[in-house]
Formats: sequence, structure tokens, C-alpha cells
Amino acid sequence: MAEVTAADLTGPKGAKPRRAFSPTNIMIYGTLLVVCLYYLLPLYVMIVTSLKGMPEIRLGNIFSPPVEVTFEPWVKAWSEACTGINCDGLSRGFWNSVAILIPSVFVSIAVASVSGYALVNWKFKGSEVFFTILIFGAFIPYQVMIYPIVIILRETGQSISYVTGTDFRLMGSIWGLVIVHTIFGMPILTLLFRNYFSSLPEELFKAARVDGARFWGIFFKIMLPMSLPIFVVAMILQVTGIWNDFLFGVIYTKPETYPMTVQLNNIVNSVQGVKEYNVNMAATLLTGLVPLVIYFISGPLFVRGIAAGAVKG
Amino acid sequence: MTHSVEIKNLDLSFGAVDVLKNLNLSIGEGEFLVLLGSSGCGKSTLLNCIAGLLEATDGQIFIKGKNVTWAEPSERGIGMVFQSYALYPQMTVEGNLSFGLKNARMPKNEIASRVANAAEVLQIEPLLKRKPSALSGGQRQRVAIGRALVRDVDVFLFDEPLSNLDAKLRADLRVELKQLHARLGNTMIYVTHDQVEAMTLADRIAIMKDGLIQQLDSPSEIYSRPRNKYVADFIGSPSMNFFEGVLESGTFRAGDLSFAMDGYVYERDGFSGAASFGIRPEHIATGDAVAASAVQMDVPIKVVEPLGADTLALTDVAGTSFWVRMEGAANVKAGDSLRIGFDPARGSLFDAGDELRI
Repeated sequence: MAEVTAADLTGPKGAKPRRAFSPTNIMIYGTLLVVCLYYLLPLYVMIVTSLKGMPEIRLGNIFSPPVEVTFEPWVKAWSEACTGINCDGLSRGFWNSVAILIPSVFVSIAVASVSGYALVNWKFKGSEVFFTILIFGAFIPYQVMIYPIVIILRETGQSISYVTGTDFRLMGSIWGLVIVHTIFGMPILTLLFRNYFSSLPEELFKAARVDGARFWGIFFKIMLPMSLPIFVVAMILQVTGIWNDFLFGVIYTKPETYPMTVQLNNIVNSVQGVKEYNVNMAATLLTGLVPLVIYFISGPLFVRGIAAGAVKG
Repeated sequence: MTHSVEIKNLDLSFGAVDVLKNLNLSIGEGEFLVLLGSSGCGKSTLLNCIAGLLEATDGQIFIKGKNVTWAEPSERGIGMVFQSYALYPQMTVEGNLSFGLKNARMPKNEIASRVANAAEVLQIEPLLKRKPSALSGGQRQRVAIGRALVRDVDVFLFDEPLSNLDAKLRADLRVELKQLHARLGNTMIYVTHDQVEAMTLADRIAIMKDGLIQQLDSPSEIYSRPRNKYVADFIGSPSMNFFEGVLESGTFRAGDLSFAMDGYVYERDGFSGAASFGIRPEHIATGDAVAASAVQMDVPIKVVEPLGADTLALTDVAGTSFWVRMEGAANVKAGDSLRIGFDPARGSLFDAGDELRI
């Protein structure tokens, strides 16, 4: 073997130096910058427009910042904008959406997490077939289901009314929509939970059984405390999915119970009178605020949970 | 002797695959039984059946004379220690130890005294308030043992408990386990694929293959009088040297090699026909001891493996690979010729057909 000479010692040493402006870096950061602009520019336009008065908007310069900042459009969008004969703004839709969102998210996650847990740890005869059918459900187009569900909701509501002697309606009520959201969330959520639970060591479950815990004991005391990330993922998926839903909202509710998205559409697309761009922008931003806040708060947890759920299929 | 655990005609199949086949096993009170076998032999499955974590397809399981075939794991009077420790990550050590007792709705002071007692036995008192993630591997395994200990059960089940530990810690915990067994006197059933653990810990070893128990005997009996060729080959490292040949009127013949089986204790009398002769590498004499051996020969050395305490030499006898274990200081190298000798009476003879001991 050749001796290492003094000349060799002056050669490459330690960490390899990296150039700040290498072609790779320019490509990566250049692309990132362009994509950022592409997404942020419309947001910027929306924000500045919503803060301008109508005379300023008519000047036509959509990129200029507001000369005179006014919150009038936001107030109007929230509490005065008219849809049809109602002129109480988006606030009604907001509260409707909240009333739909909370039970839908809670019920769907509760049912899906227990299903996923049972499918992994308490396999029963036919559980695999059951799971396959459930997953298959995720691929059936919504449109196929719309009318059958209308009938199911109507008939079920009528049956309940008949039995209880009250005027109970599922079709057109918030509860009908809650049921629909819960059902349509099932395939993807169950898959998510099943995969997460199957990534947890099986021996933990066995140890808990030897320790005398049963179905619910193991679920609440062993599984739940280990599953916070996946619950956050499920929550984000459901909150954004349900909040942004338009199709089910417009079909299964009526004007008094319209969710925020449907109401936003009715405000923005109303053909009477002058188009109030600033109010429309403010209304749109208000509607998008909830998912946005959820993303910002739980973004890091979301990434962690997705990664954890993807470990094993 | 009263039986602590009795397994009668146990069958277990997953669909079309039969994992356990008509298995019978009786384990005495206070016995340390090791289930030994290579992976996929059904040893862990058997343990899970005893624990009640797997449902038997057919057959019965008795613990302390009570039929527990349909009982829940927690009702069987067993404690189990898993390979991955299976500690509940969100609970402290104390929480882990008391979880089973809380499920049994035991009074608080009773739980506290049992936890304290187990912690003392296993020397984990300073760790009680810690979470499992803040423990080392050996400490975690102690806590896992403690979880079985607090439940004050008759039978301890161990599922490869030391396999996740490094070699030194494994040896330490092995000794501790043996001491623990001596002190507690519980019945222990221990699954492992490590023959050193099996030989050192067991009162009796059950060697399993394809869901069947090949031999159930004391470690020394299994080592010196293996009941079939599989057991002979499985136990010992490096494994037994085999010659395929013919046994005729007390003389074994394989090619040019021929020797009388004087002094061999036969299992079957008057056997004659195709047989294999096996002898362990550590029963081969070298050096001065060769002179006293009944069979002697010169063999070429192909490979030398110095292990420190011993030196292993791979040689060639009558065309078969042949391992010889020598003392650590043996000064040999590949290419040398080595004079070896052995006493056929220390070997084992197996029928070439059914591979059972002759």
C-alpha cells in the first residue's frame, strides 16, 4: 500500500463544501418561488379587495393596496348580505356549518376508530370481506348514491314521525346531513385507523388481554392514548372535507339549514343589483377561515400522523 | 407429581395449515420447561394457546387441574412476558405493573403492596415513576417480568424474552431468571430458539418441529442421547458430524471407514441395515488423548476458527465435512494434517429410514 504523503493531506478534507447557487438549488428554490407566487397572489388580491370600498374597486387596479382601509365589506358579508329573502349575512350559514360539523366529525371518527380497532385486533369470521366491501365503497361515485339517499332519508324520517307521533324530518334537516357525512367518511377513515392500529405492536394487545382488559378497556386505556396523531389526521380530514362540502349540503338541506358554502355560493352568484366584489371577497375569506386555522394549528401533527399511518398497510 | 399444566390432544390450524398436531404435554408443578425449535415450528403458537390468546381448533388445556380451554387469558392464572416487552408506553412503570390488578378490581393498598414487592424482587424500585421510553432494554424486560409477577400467578409464560437484548445482557438476565425461578418456585414455560438458553435454564426441554414435539427430556439427556437425527443435529454448535453408512453385527461401515460399536448403549437391539453415525465435535480427541481412542485417523484441516476458549477445525473424513473442537491454545492452521480419535460409544446411531435412534 502506498504511503500517505504530506501532499495528500492538503487534498479533500472533512465535509464536502456545497455551493449556494448550484443549478440544483436554483431549480428547487426557483420552482418553489414560482409556485408560492401562483398560490399567494390570488390570496393577496382577495385580501386587498375585501378591504377596499366599492369606488376604489371601480378604479380597476386590483393589485394596488387599499388607499382607505375599510372593514365595512367584512361586516356586511357576515351579517347583512342577502340571499333570496334572507338578509342576515353569512352568520346563519356559519352556525349551520358548525352545527353540522361537530356531530359529523365526532360520530364519524368515533365509529371509524372502533371499526378499525376491531378489524385489526378482534378479527371475526368475514372481517376481511367486510373490510373489502367497505373500501370498495370509497370508489363508488357519490352521484350514484344521491337519489337513493334522498329516499332513504325521507322514508326514515317519516317512519320515525309515524312511530313517535311527531313531525320529524331527516331530509332537509341538519341531522340528515350529519348521517350522510358520517357514512361517506367511513371507508377512508376506517382504512386510516385500521392501518394505524395494525402498525401498533400486536404484543401490546396480547399483554393487555393477559392483564384482564376487554374490548373497551383495551381500546380506551391502551390504544387511544397511543393514537393521538392519527386522530388529529382524521379530524383534519373530516373538518376540511365536511366544511368544504357543497354537493351534499345543497341537496340534503333547505335554505334555513344551508351550510356556509352553499350560502356563500348564493351570495356570490346572486344576479340582482351591483356585484359587490369586496363583500364577495370578504365572504369567501370568512368561509375559508376555518380549514385554514385548523391547518395552521395542527399542520405538524398532521404530517406526523400521516407518516405514522403509512408505516404498514 | 401433580401437573401444573396439561395439554391434551391439542390441534391448531390456521385455515388449511396445521400448526399443532395432536399435541400432548404435561408440565409438573414448579417445573421450568423450555420449548425449543427453529422459527415456524409452532412453539410460540403453543405458548399462545396456553395463554388463551389463540383458540385451539381441538383438544383441551388444563392449568392446575382446571379445564381452561375456553377461559379468557386473564382467568387462567398465567402471566406472560413478551419478546418486545409490550410495555404500555403511556403508563409509568408503576402503572404498567398495576394495570392488571386494577382490571381485577383489587383494593388500592393490596395493589400498592404487590407492586412494591415485585419492584423489590426485581430491583426496579427507583424506576417506578418512569415511563418505559426512559428505560434501557434490560430494565424494560425486568418490568415486563414484574407485570407477570404482581399478578401472583401459578404459571409464567415467556415468549423469547431475551431475544431483543445484546449478548452480555442476555447472559446476565438468564442467570437472574434462573435465580428467580429458584426463589419463586412457579411453573415456567419458556419459548426460545436459542439452545444455550434452553440448556442452561430448563429442567426439561421440548424440542419442536412442524408442530410436533420431537423429544421431551432433560438437557443432558437431549444432548447425549438425542432421540432422532433432527434433535441430534439441532442441539450443539457446531452441530454433530454425521456419516451415512451401514450397521451390521455391531460394526458401522461407511466407505473406507469401519469401526466396532463397542460399549454403545443400544435403544433397539439387533438392528442391521442403513444407518447414520453421529459424533459431536467436542467428543473428538486430539493430541495426546488420541492414543486412548478406539478409532484413530489422520485428517487434513480445511478451515480453522479460533474462538478464544476453543478452536474449531473443519476437516475432511471419508469425503464428509467433519468438525473438531480443540482447546483454545491448539496451534493448527489450514492445510495441516491432524491426528484425531474418537470413541464410538459416545456417538449416536440413527436408522437411515425413520431417522430414529438405534
